Amino acid sequence: MTNLEKYNSIFRRAFRKTDEELPGLKYQGIPLWDSIGHMDLMNDLEEAFDIRIDTQDVLDFTSYEKGKEVLGRYGIAVE
Amino acid sequence: MTYDDLLAYDPYELQQDAKERIFRELLSDLTDHHRKNCAAYDKACALLGDQIGTERTVETIPMVPVSLFKTLSLCSVPEDEIFKTMTSSGTTGQQTSKIFLDRQTAAWQQRTLERIVSSFIGPRRIPMLIIDSPNVLRDRNLFSARGAGILGFSIFGTRRRYALNERMELDFQTIEQFIQEAGDGPVLIFGFTYMIWKYFCQALRNAGRMLPLEHGILIHGGGWKKLQNEAVSAEEFRAGLRETCGLSIVRDYYGMAEQTGCIYMECECGHLHVSSYSDILIRSMDDFSCCENGTEGVIQVLTPMAHSYPGHSILTEDKGIILGIDDCPCGRKGKYIRITGRIPKAEVRGCSDTYEG
Repeated sequence: MTNLEKYNSIFRRAFRKTDEELPGLKYQGIPLWDSIGHMDLMNDLEEAFDIRIDTQDVLDFTSYEKGKEVLGRYGIAVE
Repeated sequence: MTYDDLLAYDPYELQQDAKERIFRELLSDLTDHHRKNCAAYDKACALLGDQIGTERTVETIPMVPVSLFKTLSLCSVPEDEIFKTMTSSGTTGQQTSKIFLDRQTAAWQQRTLERIVSSFIGPRRIPMLIIDSPNVLRDRNLFSARGAGILGFSIFGTRRRYALNERMELDFQTIEQFIQEAGDGPVLIFGFTYMIWKYFCQALRNAGRMLPLEHGILIHGGGWKKLQNEAVSAEEFRAGLRETCGLSIVRDYYGMAEQTGCIYMECECGHLHVSSYSDILIRSMDDFSCCENGTEGVIQVLTPMAHSYPGHSILTEDKGIILGIDDCPCGRKGKYIRITGRIPKAEVRGCSDTYEG
């Protein structure tokens, strides 16, 4: 599985969306992506990519797109 | 200068005079913004003789008694921009404050908390033990101050475990699992002062149990009022945690729902520090003039963070003292304070009764 496939599958499962619905998805933009959903998403990503996301990056992770950038800081290229 | 620029400063690097120059401009502009966008606030300011468009000093920024957020819906952004309404805890029988947040203000609150707390616990998230019951968050729409506090601090935790069950009893199975998973690394223990004392520290004593949490940093807030009623001092509180959990790092914080995120953390010298992102003035109980350092008065809190509601300058119902400025032995710049109690109820009522809406 590529990093993008992994990334998308975590988003699909967390927010019950299809691949087509993921672009443009924003933190606090849908009911499931609230602060609790956000922390669960961080945990799932950390587990899947074996990384530890710093607190500041948890707050920088504000959208589907921005999240790819954040993972890039940990050497995970999602493209 | 914007609030984002202010957030780029370290939380304790700004000397008081440099900070006041920044705050004067930001708070003055913000006062104009709120006067133009919140009719009730504008009316109150006009009554107080404040003039729109004038350059104010930090001391002359009009202050809103905190009780006004309980009686009025104060909001400075269009209704469709509000995405969260927070309520304060409010003791039994009291009305709760309503705070209207737009996305920007809510994001600033989180960023502010992150900047302050990370400077104490480091930039990395660590396992977190919450001294409360998971029930406190069960209803996602119910933003109580306790739930909001826990949610706010959750950004610092990797694994988050609740130390109490729904009956507020120690959940030893969860706690032991947490300790095992955390290993020898640092852990964050978070909760409200009274809950920690009554349902954690005392419960451990009563059960005759000790927990190996010596790698922990415990952060607690919510005030001492209930513990003072039980005649428990800060020293006893610390001693109890050292004895039952081996905890040596215990940090109190002061803060309120009306300025969520802008918390006042206790340093290693036992002083509560005002960060770069907010300021505190102490007002005389007699005439609301500013008290000299070392003199007790009512606490006024100011922050340029409050954009979506006119809460950038609030007169609290707490009493405190400014202990010093820029010279705490811990090295942090800015003011450091002590909280001494609450003002009596009758006087609180006096403040809001002077307002005729």
